[in-house]
Amino acid sequence: MHLEYTVIEGDFVNAGSASSAIKKTLKQLNVNPSIVKRVVVALYEAEVNAIAHAYGGVVTADIDAGKILLRVIDKGPGIPDIDWAMQEGNSTASPEVRNMGFGAGMGLPNIKKNVDRLNVQSTVGVGTTVEMEVNLS
Amino acid sequence: MKLSEIAKVLNAKVVCGQDRLDEEQDKVFASDLMSDILTLGDNFPMIVTGLCTMQTIRTAEMGNLDIIVFVRKKKPTEEMIELAEDEGMVLMECDYSMFKACGLLWEAGLKPIY
Ligand SMILES: Nc1ncnc2c1ncn2[C@@H]1O[C@H](COP(=O)(O)OP(=O)(O)O)[C@@H](O)[C@H]1O
Ligand SMILES: [Mg+2]
Repeated sequence: MHLEYTVIEGDFVNAGSASSAIKKTLKQLNVNPSIVKRVVVALYEAEVNAIAHAYGGVVTADIDAGKILLRVIDKGPGIPDIDWAMQEGNSTASPEVRNMGFGAGMGLPNIKKNVDRLNVQSTVGVGTTVEMEVNLS
Repeated sequence: MKLSEIAKVLNAKVVCGQDRLDEEQDKVFASDLMSDILTLGDNFPMIVTGLCTMQTIRTAEMGNLDIIVFVRKKKPTEEMIELAEDEGMVLMECDYSMFKACGLLWEAGLKPIY
């Protein structure tokens, strides 16, 4: 199953709508609730990042019997130092992002904790792709 | 403790999920930081927060956290209440500060996650 959603820059009101839709799909597929939670928590933080730090983007999900593969692809400023960004507490978030309850530098580390495989690819001035895979059984 | 008793302790107004007030809840997590609330794994405490935006409801939805108390006189919007209703959540409005609300809940015997 292939799903695709658009994420819009700065659209905090709808931030999480892709995660919400994927949560509903996984529930319908009777995936174990703790696994669903890990998937949507990771995806939600990545979705917020695309809205907060980039210019929006696309969320794709590919689901088969054994796993879900999620990609959050943005055409944003990119991440100059991914190792730095992966460390808890590191953040370049704007005051606006902090007012939304994010921007403490906890997103990427928590994504890493919740998924089975994480791959962050980024080119400064081009964009970032966050690829996350979670085993469903 | 029953949600109806929690509402009484906090002198809170229940704005959504009135039909669930007989349910019990014994764990609480308080934070204004949504990233913090997203680290709770397989714990499902009641959330006490002063952040009252659509993201609060979304964060709770992702975390399967369905009881939220807004402190510091924060009032959820119609849109927030609508989404919370769709998700079957309980929302309460409390005029107390975070410290006072948490102090009263602690005194009433509610427990932390860690
Ligand atoms: N999609 C992205 N595009 C550009 N920069 C990003 C992106 N995602 C994360 N970053 C950078 O990595 C930092 C850490 O991200 P994260 O751990 O989610 O914390 P936070 O979002 O709270 O700042 C961000 O502050 C930002 O500098
Ligand atoms: Mg983030």
